[in-house]
Amino acid sequence: MGTGGMDEEKIEDIEIALLLEALYRRYHYDFRNYAQASIKRRLRQARERQGVKTFSALQDKLLHDPAAAAAVLRFMTVQVSDFFRDPSYFRAIREKVVPHLRTYPSLKIWIAGCSAGEELHSFAILFREEGLEDRTLFYATDINQAALDTAARGIYPLDRIAAFTENYRLAGGKRSLSDYYTTGYGGAVFDKSLRERVVFSDHSLVTDAVFSEMQLISCRNVMIYFDKPLQDRAVGLFRDSLARGGFLGLGSKESLRFSEHADAFSEFVREEKIYQRRKG
Amino acid sequence: MSGSAARAVAIGASAGAIQALLRILPALPEGFALPVLVVVHLPPGRRSELTTLFGAKCRVPVREAEDKDPVEPGTVTFAPPDYHMLVEVGGTLSLSRDEPVLFSRPSIDVLFESAADAYGAGLVGVVLTGANEDGAQGLRAVAQAGGVTIVQDPATAYARAMPQAALAACRRARVLPLDGIVGAILAAGGR
Repeated sequence: MGTGGMDEEKIEDIEIALLLEALYRRYHYDFRNYAQASIKRRLRQARERQGVKTFSALQDKLLHDPAAAAAVLRFMTVQVSDFFRDPSYFRAIREKVVPHLRTYPSLKIWIAGCSAGEELHSFAILFREEGLEDRTLFYATDINQAALDTAARGIYPLDRIAAFTENYRLAGGKRSLSDYYTTGYGGAVFDKSLRERVVFSDHSLVTDAVFSEMQLISCRNVMIYFDKPLQDRAVGLFRDSLARGGFLGLGSKESLRFSEHADAFSEFVREEKIYQRRKG
Repeated sequence: MSGSAARAVAIGASAGAIQALLRILPALPEGFALPVLVVVHLPPGRRSELTTLFGAKCRVPVREAEDKDPVEPGTVTFAPPDYHMLVEVGGTLSLSRDEPVLFSRPSIDVLFESAADAYGAGLVGVVLTGANEDGAQGLRAVAQAGGVTIVQDPATAYARAMPQAALAACRRARVLPLDGIVGAILAAGGR
């Protein structure tokens, strides 16, 4: 058996696989089926922040130092979004999906991977303007508890509000975004009535089960971090969580083309990646 | 060129990118053997016109990446605006909305580093004109993995900062004008 010859790159891949296994067994965070290239990039940054030289050393530290592990896990699961990000998506929801949703006496909407709540608030505002709010229950889930806490507070930095406002306008907003927040605490505080019909929950698309029967699931730019088998798992979860005829919204560069569950859906608004669960 | 057979070409460009790429991409022959992965710095928040523009001028297929698209030989693939584009070891593309790198998303460094992991000595990395320093770290990663590194001659670039930074990070890179870069890419693809 040769002991030399294996290049550093391959050794690093072994270390990463072991580190991910350690995070799963020690903290139940399962990144083992994340897309390798971006998880590797984040882990390199984490390694640098933790001031260690190798992934093996990082593994040692994370196994024995829960505080360091908590910081790294927060970093690995954080995502930043905007209000009404990709305005044309929200315009399509408003103009094409809402007319269908009006036909239901009660609605359950799942924002899967809601991070700090930007998309959740966008939906809450849109549903209020369309008169659907009173019959709707929102489920907002993420694996990052700190992000869920931020979402539940609904306070966002003032320097992001100009971009949010422009998106809101482009998305077909009917009022002024400033109608929904007051300024204070160094930020824009969004009206808590927007969150009255929201259930926040720590839920993992990787390890947890079907949620509830939904009319709409929005899960944008979350599954891009998964490998294909894990994407199949998540899409299967969405299929089983959607009512017949319910809607699934994905990110603008995602699709169900490569999914083993593609047959369960039809394209509803093709260019906005909004799918409908088949009725048959 | 290095002894390893090339398996992919990665190109990064910023200010002046369109003019430079118009010299390179339309020169690729139909049936070109290698995938060509391209990051151009674009403003976020609007649809990119790159596929329309280059689709009309190229003899090879031109597309904008979607998540998990297979890497295709003989195809030009642009990173979409506001996403990083990464190459997975299994030969697919992943997208990410991780933080911008050097104010850039897509980032040349992110593409090059992941492609260097995936292709090792089989990667040809090309840094063209640009006014920032994106691509320098990435090109260094290409060199460290044994790949071929090419930088547009700063004297011929619309904006010099990016090729200069790439050269500073990667001193052994080949320095070529655009015509020379076309020749090197065609040679890597066996033409």
